[in-house]
Amino acid sequence: MILTSLDIDTAELERRTGWSIQPQGACKGDVCVPLSDGVVPSGRVSVPELAERLRMPLLRDETHGLWALGPESGGRALTTAAAPDLVLPDRQGRAFALSSLRGRKVLLVAWASW
Amino acid sequence: MWQALRTELHPHGLEIVTVALDVDPESAYRFIDQAAPDHPSLIDSAHIVDELLGIVNVPNGVWIDEQGVLARPAEPASPGRNPTLDSLMSIDTSTLPPHLADTLIEARKIKLDHESYVVALRDWVTNGAASPYALPPDEVVRRSQPRPLEVATAAAAFELGQELHRRGHPSDAVAWFREAHRLQPDNWTYKRQAWSLVDPLQGPTDEYEGYWAKDIKAIGAENYYPPLDLSPAPRDRPTASDVPGSPPSAAAD
Repeated sequence: MILTSLDIDTAELERRTGWSIQPQGACKGDVCVPLSDGVVPSGRVSVPELAERLRMPLLRDETHGLWALGPESGGRALTTAAAPDLVLPDRQGRAFALSSLRGRKVLLVAWASW
Repeated sequence: MWQALRTELHPHGLEIVTVALDVDPESAYRFIDQAAPDHPSLIDSAHIVDELLGIVNVPNGVWIDEQGVLARPAEPASPGRNPTLDSLMSIDTSTLPPHLADTLIEARKIKLDHESYVVALRDWVTNGAASPYALPPDEVVRRSQPRPLEVATAAAAFELGQELHRRGHPSDAVAWFREAHRLQPDNWTYKRQAWSLVDPLQGPTDEYEGYWAKDIKAIGAENYYPPLDLSPAPRDRPTASDVPGSPPSAAAD
């Protein structure tokens, strides 16, 4: 996820990465990684500490003042088989939540124009 | 392309959701408008889906059951022959510029097992978790793409490239796209998206050392998509947390 500062809102972290901040640590699916007290001061996540704990790369573009926080590393692309809570716009720009299809089987197809 | 299969399987409980991985959404709109599908057709202009699911090429499909649990990870997915690609088969390549002829010659060699994929999908729609093609959660995780640090770093570099392109700094974006390509050379999504922003035909450019025909020749066009692994999950497969290099909690704690 793209960052302009190194502390981020927990809700934004979860929306973009799937990692939620719980009393037991950073959690995704059945996986929870304990965090030290300094990682989530005042409801905001200290990105460098979180990145180190979850083995997320943190890149800096000095020219434009941006950081990019990559996904957790060291395992597989999927940490859990739970479907991500995706919300994306449709052709008309309306937000569509993948979770609205619970109760049906879904084939999610990624394609591209290029 | 997916509409016919959706018409067939929707009454039996399947919904198809297509997601266009396009930094420029306008590029995807004309295809969606032409197809006019009944199913949700979404736009992912930030490539969030490929990062979350480990998608490295398109088209790729992921199965999700009624409870919101993945039954198969990302893998090459096609509903059948692609009429657009089929129409290219009859073109006389001797009439084309060299790099376009190269592209077409290589594209004709690509293998994608449409028939087996659709057979498996129909079986899952009918039989659900009892289908031999439905995988248990641990196996879904195990069969998803590996994500060593270089691959995770490539994702971050690719995201910086996208962001700079969107902010109107395309030349600055190139360095980050090149870094993503260096770190994860088998990620065709990173390559083709970046190449297409410079040249829609993905031919040779000053910005990138690679281009579609050159890079596919390097691996062999028949390897562009990995073969579908439709084998059932072994009964004695260790759980995801037993596998070396598994997610952070197992390794860190």
